[in-house]
Amino acid sequence: MIEVVNLTKQFGDLQVLRGINEKVEKGEVISVIGPSGSGKSTFLRCLNLLEMPTSGQVIFHGVDLTGKGVDIDRHRQRMGMVFQHFNIFPHLTVKENVALAPVMLRKRGKQEMDQYALELLNRVGLYDKRDEHPRRLSGGQKQRLAIVRALAMDPEVMLFDEPTSALDPEMVGEVLAVIQGLVENGMTSIIVTHEMGFAREVSSRVLFMDEGLIEEAGTPEQIFGHPSSHRTQEFLSKVLR
Amino acid sequence: MFTNMVPNLGKVMSRYGFLFVQGLGYTLLLSLLTVLGGTVFGSLLALMRRSRHALVRALATAYVEVVRGTPLLLQLYFFYFMLPELLPMLNLSKFVSITIALIFNSSAYVCEIVRAGIEAVDFGQTEAARTLGLSAGQAMTRIVLPQAVRNILPALCNEFVAVIKETSLASTFFVGDLMTQYNVIRGNLFLVIEPLLVVGVIYFALTFSLSKLIAMLERRLKAGD
Repeated sequence: MIEVVNLTKQFGDLQVLRGINEKVEKGEVISVIGPSGSGKSTFLRCLNLLEMPTSGQVIFHGVDLTGKGVDIDRHRQRMGMVFQHFNIFPHLTVKENVALAPVMLRKRGKQEMDQYALELLNRVGLYDKRDEHPRRLSGGQKQRLAIVRALAMDPEVMLFDEPTSALDPEMVGEVLAVIQGLVENGMTSIIVTHEMGFAREVSSRVLFMDEGLIEEAGTPEQIFGHPSSHRTQEFLSKVLR
Repeated sequence: MFTNMVPNLGKVMSRYGFLFVQGLGYTLLLSLLTVLGGTVFGSLLALMRRSRHALVRALATAYVEVVRGTPLLLQLYFFYFMLPELLPMLNLSKFVSITIALIFNSSAYVCEIVRAGIEAVDFGQTEAARTLGLSAGQAMTRIVLPQAVRNILPALCNEFVAVIKETSLASTFFVGDLMTQYNVIRGNLFLVIEPLLVVGVIYFALTFSLSKLIAMLERRLKAGD
């Protein structure tokens, strides 16, 4: 579904990604772990071109997104994204947050979308909040809203950029539960996360990134149980205590 | 001098009260036209300053820098003499020339107000909109601008207050504003201070009450956050 070829990204003098090659198949659930500054988020943001790669290709359904004349807006409609800081639209109600993009981009009619938005909100326990303004929501509720806002576009893959890192500890669970529900229903997902337990539980594959490269990739069993790379071992020994 | 002030004030008011009303009207009209025109062109300039094309950005930046780096009075003179010269077929009145000059000036300041208002909106808002598939333009009009307006509106009203005071410079060209009327009355009655006091009170009442209104507006916008 997504293929990354020789992806590099440079910010000024800083080489953040040094040549990533990776393939994501439909139905896979991939967790990306690694120390901060290893390039995990940049890698994820390159997949939908929120960051323009310095070199290399991102191939989505056979189309190189970095090519000239590619209508990136159209491809982004099929890749949902959830951010660390939610980025909920504060001037819209909860329901409007969900319904805005699909209606605007004529994916669904207004009435049909209203119905669907309520259904989605119900699914993540926000039905009662449908007409509220987002400032009244807790962090966990905002992130659940951000997830269904992305789902409203019927994406084929979901990109999660540290979805629980900005949450108070007691709200992490409710957001992870929503992601887990999605994943169990077969949503292809790429999750940049610091939640090792979660990564181990839900992933079909884990990528360990370090210094702009994928240092090691494998099943959760391999990565967490028998990491072969010295760097992976070192990282895990620090975070799994 | 001060012993005659009260009777003199009475004289000024009874003979020329209507001129102050007229002057107030012109001052308000001039300020309103300036801010309206300034808002339109200032917003365009702000969009130009955020353009993808370096040349467009440079043009807008140069405009803002030149306007802010030269005195308003100089700009008024420039337009007052240049516009009728450049566009003789339009037969521009001096009121129109001066209004255009004021708009030219105000646009640069409004540009910075709009730009700051847009930049104050968290960039994550744009990113979230773009990842949903919205184009840059759609993200700007539906997500960023509605939020930026809350930042822009109070600042724009403050610009209006500033412009009210700046229009007094236009009296150099006798366009009928409050200061023009002061000059007229001073010439007719040979009284310097008394009409100035009246004009000063009118300006102050205007700007002070507007400032209070803006502060209220700002509080309401904040409360809606």
